[in-house]
Formats: sequence, structure tokens, C-alpha cells
Amino acid sequence: MSDRLSHLERLEAESMDIIREVAAECLSPVMLYSIGKDSSVMLHLAKKAFHPAPPPFPLMHIDTTWKFRDMIAFRDKTAAEAGMRLIVHTNQEGVEARLNPFDHGPNYTRVMKTEALKQALAMHRFDAAFGGARRDEEKSRAKERIFSFRSASHTWDPKNQRPELWRLYNTRVNAGESMRVFPLSNWTELDIWAYILKERIPIVPLYFAAERPVVERNGQLIMVDDERLPVAPGEPELRLVRFRTLGCYPLTGAIESSAVSLEAIVAEMLAARTSERGGRLIDKEASASMEKKKREGYF
Amino acid sequence: MNQEAFALEAVSAAEHADTLRLLTCGSVDDGKSTLIGRLLFDSHLLMEDQLADLEADSVKHGTAGDEIDFALLVDGLEAEREQGITIDVAYRFFATPKRRFIVADTPGHVQYTRNMATGASTADLAILLVDAAKGLTTQTRRHAAIVSLLGIRDVVLAVNKMDLVGFGEGRFREIASAFEALAAKLGIEAVTTIPISAREGDNVTTLSPRTPYYRGPALLDHLEGVAPARRAEAGPFRMPVQWVCRPNQSFRGFAGPVLSGRVAVGDTVVVAASGRASRVTKLLVGAEEKESVAAGQSAMLTLADEIDASRGDVFAPAGDRPVLSDQFAADIVWLDQEHMLPGRQYLLKAMTRTVATTVTDLKYRFDVDSLEHNAAKVLELNEIGVVNLSTAEPIAFDPYAENRDTGGFILIDRFTHQTVAAGMIRFALRRASNIHWQALDIDRAARARLKHQKPAVLWFTGLSGSGKSTIANLVEKRLYASGRHTTILDGDNVRHGLNRDLGFTDADRVENIRRVAETAKLMTDAGLIVLVSFISPFRSERDMARELMGEGEFVEIFVDTPLDVCRERDPKGLYARAFAGEIKNFTGVDSPYEAPETPELHLKTESADPEALAQEVVGYLEAQGWLAAD
Repeated sequence: MSDRLSHLERLEAESMDIIREVAAECLSPVMLYSIGKDSSVMLHLAKKAFHPAPPPFPLMHIDTTWKFRDMIAFRDKTAAEAGMRLIVHTNQEGVEARLNPFDHGPNYTRVMKTEALKQALAMHRFDAAFGGARRDEEKSRAKERIFSFRSASHTWDPKNQRPELWRLYNTRVNAGESMRVFPLSNWTELDIWAYILKERIPIVPLYFAAERPVVERNGQLIMVDDERLPVAPGEPELRLVRFRTLGCYPLTGAIESSAVSLEAIVAEMLAARTSERGGRLIDKEASASMEKKKREGYF
Repeated sequence: MNQEAFALEAVSAAEHADTLRLLTCGSVDDGKSTLIGRLLFDSHLLMEDQLADLEADSVKHGTAGDEIDFALLVDGLEAEREQGITIDVAYRFFATPKRRFIVADTPGHVQYTRNMATGASTADLAILLVDAAKGLTTQTRRHAAIVSLLGIRDVVLAVNKMDLVGFGEGRFREIASAFEALAAKLGIEAVTTIPISAREGDNVTTLSPRTPYYRGPALLDHLEGVAPARRAEAGPFRMPVQWVCRPNQSFRGFAGPVLSGRVAVGDTVVVAASGRASRVTKLLVGAEEKESVAAGQSAMLTLADEIDASRGDVFAPAGDRPVLSDQFAADIVWLDQEHMLPGRQYLLKAMTRTVATTVTDLKYRFDVDSLEHNAAKVLELNEIGVVNLSTAEPIAFDPYAENRDTGGFILIDRFTHQTVAAGMIRFALRRASNIHWQALDIDRAARARLKHQKPAVLWFTGLSGSGKSTIANLVEKRLYASGRHTTILDGDNVRHGLNRDLGFTDADRVENIRRVAETAKLMTDAGLIVLVSFISPFRSERDMARELMGEGEFVEIFVDTPLDVCRERDPKGLYARAFAGEIKNFTGVDSPYEAPETPELHLKTESADPEALAQEVVGYLEAQGWLAAD
């Protein structure tokens, strides 16, 4: 065995250290679990960090009620296998107001995601929440610290972030304040897939190509996952598609693909000339919209 | 399936590739963000939608006319794009067939120096940009100093905007030799100087015909070829305990990062602080058992014996242990708006241990422009200094020059919780390694027993003229009458003797309270009940005093009298003089008083007379069991 560590080994070690540091120093941490491939990698790293004990914090999923059905099934199975408590939170105000992604656009995202997250964090008094965001995803993410401080109202002040030196993370907060912690900050999309392949980490079947019922909306292929999506006569049609990212099904564009194995997915990704978030309608609202959402308390 | 074989190969290459972490720094407008954008663009690492966004953004915010403004690729914050500047570090990733790169693009403005230090702390190599037309600036020198201080050995001086000086060789040589002189003074070992134009691409990925006097390498070739000094791999084994894993009675694992060296199953390791030794019986990375683990990995180990080790302890080889000391000299970069005050207590985090610490001495401030050492009383935001520190307990460390991760620390403000400084340990001022506290036969408990009392500190705080001394005197009379052994430390009296050398600046007030707290502690060691009557305006220092004493031995008594009442009473005529401007830094007038948030006793002097308030204090002590007969 050579002494030099591989790129993936370095990333893995850094992430495990970050996760343990939170468990050791924060009073009440939680891992935000969004069911996507990044969450799967993050959960895998958490399990490795504490093995043979289970990770000493619960998983939490913010359920907008518009997630793919396959995601929910995968979520329940995964949490049970990990031996971790699963908290599922839905913003009931949004449900009562009958908000949906077709008619309420940005307002839907704010109420069912951002507000729901803030509600859940406050209700359980979590002082640290892990998220699976990566710096290569988006420009404002590239600017964020690994330990990202949030005020009592959950806002992010990008112009006044704490210095973060070496691997010494300052986890201290006053009552009501909290930390968002991003153990995958330094991973790229390729790293994530390479690691899934190397460690054989289970992921939601939606990442693999299959014949699925889809409709075209704003140039994106949207899968008809249940009867709530309005369809015109002649719709939907069955096409061989898969997803590069997962979120609320009416907001997540599919790509046409025949990749049915992890190897094929990676090959396809290497050949791709569009970046990952291109498939997410939510990020297209305005150029700096991610920063705005993050300042409001979005992950 | 050809495609899949290709994928597996690419993944394997990515997995085994070497990573270089680098940072770009230099003055504002020297073109740092543009250079990174250019590297991404020229190495064909931009996706189609990113390019489309960039073109749209260039029209809207761009500063490059009709051309693409590459800086917009990295300046991701709205405020940055609007102002055309970089505020915080952006991390970018790119890969070539030879290497993977993590780039920290850091801000040039002086007020964001702390963000530059953030980027520098994890970099293997620094690209320092300088504008060919402007030459070296104060900010170039400051960044070079921080790069050197943070231990980056490889520096590339990129003389940018050569297009604006007609690619002149003379100008290039002039800047290169000025920087060489600076680098020599700062102790930067390896400097590679390259003339470039980030905007036009000269010498970035390929050699430019417009600089025939420069024979190479191009910047990217250099980045791919340079071998960063990875000292940690060759150093002695160091692993701080981050987490103790105890899922059941039969398993006790210690998890943490290996910060240097390696360890194998069967090796004997010691806990640095206690010297207790045991043999490694198992090494785990996740569920996988390993024969050995090395620097850069994160592992869990189990030991043959049940030795005492917990979070904050450090494992090391018995024959090559870290230094153990509670007093050491360090370089620090001050990162907070509020000044560093010698004597004030901060929290120090080093590896996985957090302890209370005090800057005992600011040796000098380093002037980045003249490279001179200047005497100073405080350190302000972005200033660099050399200090002596004293910690509440000994900590284990190696000098920063030997290992960044075992020699670096941060200071944290106890109230705001801000990270206020980055520190790099130079050497121990006295070794605690072999010094143990002398075990005394007669201890404080024994002395107190003889007096039939429990020692305590009654700390009276409040504005000048609030009635602290009056009440303290009455309390002492009552305690004396009931046969208690007491003494009083009074602000005015102590300032005539022990603290006669101190004035009323913030720094002197901190030192004033530190000395009084230490004196009070010695007196409680002697078994006394100590009444301290000091304005003591700052929460930090009152908390420091509290922490010096044993659990429950510190009773904070807030003598609460409104400022206008104190001013009216004015027993010593001081308020009149302060309001007339004859006395400076007077608490409540032009110097702040931070009222206690949760004092043990809150005495409101307007609603009760001093006798009743004194009785309230005695009543509290009785109720808490401090005056109970033994």
C-alpha cells in the first residue's frame, strides 16, 4: 500500500471529521436528509464516522408532499436500516392553504421548504443541522463556510462570515442561534458519483433510466408521478428517462437517457455539457436567487 | 459498453489523482478572480449553461466591455457583482489529466484580510498577483506576510496585466527583484515569478509569444508539476481524540483525524498529557479493519488497556511526544472589530481541545509595510503580532513550523462567540511536561476547616458611588461578629498599592481585575471569605474571576443604583469632574458599564437601606449553607 492518500480518501476523512466535530460540540444536532445522492453519501459518511455505533443524531426530512413516491419509500427503508430516528416535517399552514408548485411558484418554495425548515429547526431546538450542499453546485454556495452561522431568525449574512481556519471549527453559538454544517463542501459531482461507485452506496431508483410517463413543461421533461399534475389530452407519453437531481417532482426535469447502471451514469455525466442544477426549475427564478433564498433561511 | 469502461477509468483516475490546494491573493483589482475564470475557461471546464449565464452576466455587470468578464464566474455574492469586488473566499474546483485543484479565491480589500487568512490556512501553494502597472503595494506585502506566517512554502508571483505595460521585460524584472527581496525577508523559500495577462491568457495555460524573455513554465504547467511539501506525512504520529465510541461494555474506540505520521496495530502509544501508555489492538476506518493508518486519514483505534483518555487528549508515540505547556509564544492575526486586549480572557481551540486563555504579553506588532516590529498596547482588526499566552490547563502541541494542524489555534470571544484570532505556536515558554503540581499536605480545605467556614468570594460590582463599599463594610461587620474570618479588597485601596501602575484604559481595567481576582483566589486558598468591592465594568473579566474560583464559591452581587442617583450622590466629587471632562474613561460617563445578566444577588439601593441590603447578603450565604456550623 502506498503512503499517498487518494483524492477520495482525503475527502472522506475531512467529511468524517466534520461530522464528528458537530456531534462532539453541539448540543442538539440533526442531519437534514433530502433523499438525493448527496444525502446518501453524507449519511454513509456519518455511519462510517461512528461505526460500530450508529450516528448519535436523528435524520430529518422536510416533506413538501410533492416528492416522488419512490423517494419516500427509499427514505423510510434507509432510516430504518441505519437505526436512526427519522423526523418528517411538513408545513401544515401550506397544506391548509393548498399551496402547489404549479400555481404558487416562488411562494410555494418559500412556505413548503424554507419556512418548513425554520419551523422544524425551532420546534426541535436543533442548534446544528447538516446539509449535503457542495461548493461546486452554485456561486453563492462556493462562498459559504463549512460551518455556516445562522442568526436566531435563521438568516445568513454572507458579508460577515466567521473566519474558518485549518480544520479548527468554531461551533459556538448563543441561545437561539444555530449552525448549518456542510460536510460535502469540497466534493464535486464527479467525486460523489465516484464514491457511490467505489463504496456501492444505495441510491433512489429514479437516478437510473426507465420508461416513465412524462410531459413537457417550459422545455423540461416533468414526470407524472401522481394525479395532481394537470395533463392535457394525449399526455403523458412514456419515455426512457432518468433524473440527475431529485426534488419535488413537478419542479424536477428529467433527462432522456438509457443509463441503467452506475457506470453508465458516470459515463453520461462525463460527456454532459450542462451543469447539474440546470435540471432544477427552482434555481432559475433569478440569477442570484440562491443567495436570496439562503439569506432567508433556505439550506 | 466501451463508454462504461471509459467511465470506470475516469473514476479511478479521479480517485487516485493527487490534489493541490492553492490560493490566489493580492491587492484589489490585481485580477485574481479573472485569473481563475481564465483557468477554468481555458481548461474547458465550463458547462454550456454556465457559459450562457456568464455571457448574460457580462453584459449586465461586466467590466470588460463586450468581452466576457471572467471575474463574474467566481464573484458569486450579489454585493460582489454589484460592486465588482471580492468580499469572501470562493472555493473552485478544477481538474486536469495530471491533477485535481481546489482553489480558494480570496479578497484583496484590506477590510477582508480575515477572509484571506481563511483561504491561506488550508492552501499548499499561493499565487500572489500583482498589477504590472502598480507594482508591489501594502496589500501585496500584507498578503505575502500572511502567506509566510501561515506556513505556505511555495509561492507563485504572477505579474498580471502585462498587456497594459506592453509586455515590457524591464518592468517585469523590476517587480520580480523587488519581490525577491521581500520574500527573503519574510522567509518564503520557493518563489516562481511569471509574467501573465489573465484577461488575454498570456502564459496562463500556454507560453506567450509576447514575452520571449520568459522561458516558462506557463502557470498551469507549474501548478501541475510542483511538489508541495507535505510535512505531516513524514512527522511523528499525532491523533487527537475527537470522539469516544462506546456502543457497549466490550468496545471502547477513540476516533479522530491522524494529523501526522502513521500508526500500526501493535504499536504502543501514549496519551500526551498523562503519559499513560497502551498498545493499539485495532484500527478501523468505518467498518473496515486496517493494519495501519496515516496522516490525512480519519480513524478509530482501540487499546489493550483501559487507560483514561477523552476528547481533547492527543495520542503520540512514547518516544516522540508533543510539547505540553500552559505558557507559550505565538504569532497571531487579529480578526475581530473589537481590539485584542492583553489580560482579557478568551477561549482557545487547538486540535480538539478548548481551554480558557489569556494573552499575558503583547511582545510587538508587526508592521507589514516596513516589516518592522513596533511596540503596541492592543492589536486591531487585521493586525499581526507576537504574543505570550497562558492557558488554564496545559495543552499538547508541536511548533506550527513543524505541523500546521498540531500547532495552529483559534481564539474565540467568550460572549459574541466570534472567531477573533488565528494563532500559530512558536515555542513553549516553560515546559509542563515534567512539572507536576506540588501535592501539599495542608490544602485549602484543611485551612478552611480550621476556621469552621467555607471560603468564598463576594464580588460587589456597580457604578462609582453606587454603595458597594458601604454595603461590603456592613456585611463584613456582621460576618466578623459571628466569628468568620474575612478580608476586603477595595478598588480605591488596591489602586494605591498593588495596582498603582495601572490607569483607566480598557486594557488597564482588564489587568486591574485580573490581579484582584488572582489575589482573591489566593485568599480563598487561605480559607478566607473575601469581599471584593470593585466597579469591574466588563462581563468578561467578572466571568474570568468566577472561573478562577471553585464551583459555587463566587457570589456576584450587583449593587444597582441608577446613574443619575450616583451622579447626585457623588460622594467623592468624581462625576462632576468627569462630566466637566477633567477625568477621562469614567465608567458610566465615557466608558461603558456592562450590568451583570444573572448575578447571584441583585441589590436595588433605591428601595432599601444599606443595613437591610447587607442582611440580604448574609441571609443568602446562610441559605446556601456557607455559614453552617461544621
